[in-house]
Amino acid sequence: MWRFLLPAGVFALLVAVFLVGLGKDPTLVPSPLVGRAAPEFSLPRLDDPSQTFSHRDLLGKTSLVNVWGTWCSGCRQEHDTLLALARDSGIPIYGINWKDDQQLAREWLATLGNPYVAVGVDQDGRTAIDWGVYGAPETFLIGPDGTVLYKHIAPISLAVWREQFLPRIAAAGSGQ
Amino acid sequence: MMPQAVRVLVLAGLLLGARPGFSIDTDAKLADPVQQATYERLTSEVRCLVCQNQTIGDSSAPLAADLRREIRQMIEAGRSEEEIKVFLLDRYGDFVLYKPRFKATTAALWLAPLLLLVAGGLGLGRIIRRRAALPVPPDDEPGDDQPSADGTFDDRPIDDRPVGHRDEPPTAAKG
Repeated sequence: MWRFLLPAGVFALLVAVFLVGLGKDPTLVPSPLVGRAAPEFSLPRLDDPSQTFSHRDLLGKTSLVNVWGTWCSGCRQEHDTLLALARDSGIPIYGINWKDDQQLAREWLATLGNPYVAVGVDQDGRTAIDWGVYGAPETFLIGPDGTVLYKHIAPISLAVWREQFLPRIAAAGSGQ
Repeated sequence: MMPQAVRVLVLAGLLLGARPGFSIDTDAKLADPVQQATYERLTSEVRCLVCQNQTIGDSSAPLAADLRREIRQMIEAGRSEEEIKVFLLDRYGDFVLYKPRFKATTAALWLAPLLLLVAGGLGLGRIIRRRAALPVPPDDEPGDDQPSADGTFDDRPIDDRPVGHRDEPPTAAKG
């Protein structure tokens, strides 16, 4: 009896492990930042380098921090969604322009539209390391107390917004 | 044509002078050899999350270069290897180390090979014991179970049979 049940059981276990495991995307690495305070930073602003964009700007309201660059095709892909969110969601979107040509970045926003309340320039990638960024685009949801509520790796879409962001914003208790 | 000895010497000289001609990490070495060793150890243990099957020492991704620079600066600032690992774990999670820390979420990863080895060993032991307990079948006794030309069975071991027996290889082929 056991000599049939045991291999069958082991096989079933392997099938279950592979069903779960192979369905996952190995390029999505969960961020240890979720549930912790957003990293401290202070970056010169893209529109006016004499001013800064820092973690203190994120306090007091739920906000998004979007890491982007003009070299990043996924950022172009999600740009219209960001514009729509900036217009309709009531949630301020901040940008971190990651290792980019600032002139190109300014042209990008002038041509395609600017969804950002403020954009900080991370020229050497130091701030991106503190945020655990390993690709663009990445979008962080920040609570009013400055806590990282969620990190989305990949272009954001309205479906992603509805399924991943809205429930967390509602749970944080301050949708607006 | 150079004499053999000269050619060997030239080749040896060339090999002695050989250095890896191509390296991803082109930064200058750290002044302190101990720090340089720490740097090399860390860059060979930290995963590049952009190209996940490479270490940051092997990867040409811009993020890997940024992380190498960051690690170098931390080493120069006197931070310990442990502090640097914690710095990376805090930002990128367990996956950033090729050898993840042992904790609840990584226990299965670390213990599964050991458990499989023990289970395999127990299974193998059982099979061996069961086989050892079986009686040796008479068929496996030395001898020949094919009838000889005269219709009788020759039960003698091969080595005991007379030379020229029909089963023997030609004499010349015998070792």
